[in-house]
Amino acid sequence: MKILLNDREEYLDKESLTISQLLILKKLSFKMRIIKINGTLIQKDSYDNIYLKDGDRVQIIYLMSGG
Amino acid sequence: MKFPEIKVHLAKFRVGIAGAGGLGSNCAVALARSGIGTLVISDFDLIEEANLNRQFYFADQIGMKKTLALSENIKRTGSSTRIIANQIELNPENVPRIFSGCDVIVEAFDRADMKEMIIETVLTKMPGIPLVIGSGMAGWGKNEFVKCRKIDDQLFVCGDETTEASEDLPPMAPRVGIVANMQANTVIDILMNKL
Repeated sequence: MKILLNDREEYLDKESLTISQLLILKKLSFKMRIIKINGTLIQKDSYDNIYLKDGDRVQIIYLMSGG
Repeated sequence: MKFPEIKVHLAKFRVGIAGAGGLGSNCAVALARSGIGTLVISDFDLIEEANLNRQFYFADQIGMKKTLALSENIKRTGSSTRIIANQIELNPENVPRIFSGCDVIVEAFDRADMKEMIIETVLTKMPGIPLVIGSGMAGWGKNEFVKCRKIDDQLFVCGDETTEASEDLPPMAPRVGIVANMQANTVIDILMNKL
């Protein structure tokens, strides 16, 4: 399937995968983050249950300490 | 548009500032100088000497409440912006109440978990209210990596999104100031689009 990950097209050699599986696959291990899919905020406790669909727009925002 | 007309327009709006540290104090001053009508500023902290390397406070204000000192410093700019100061630690329960009626909210915390808290709270409990966050501004140099990313109509991210503050990469006046002013600039852009 093809998704848009932070505005970049990514081709994933998978029929279906959860958000947690995407994070492992793309080695996105930094935990302090916000994830939106097609504009909707995804709660952390549902990363294991939400499956990505072809064409999904995934936005990951990393939160760095400092201010 | 001439500046007096811009001020008349910006005077109609209320902006929330969540945190009065490096980001919040500098962002609030920039917004007040621009003529924003009301600023709702929340912070629970007192000024410490270590804050003076980047925050909009003065040596004789050490020990004062940040919200009180910031209100005073904003008044000294000659700005007529109304300040509503809340000496309180923000949490998911009080954020919607404290910032109710705000046209835009600025996230200006230092801790990443607090940044996460306010994003989750505003996006879920305050639909349609734009939130401008700061993420990644520690250290120095790297001007070319500081940017503002519009996620959608509700969420804007200012900063390099990579540098994390630490003992060896402290937050310092120039880069924190750049991001704070970038947040203020984003707020004004959002409000000028409401003409």
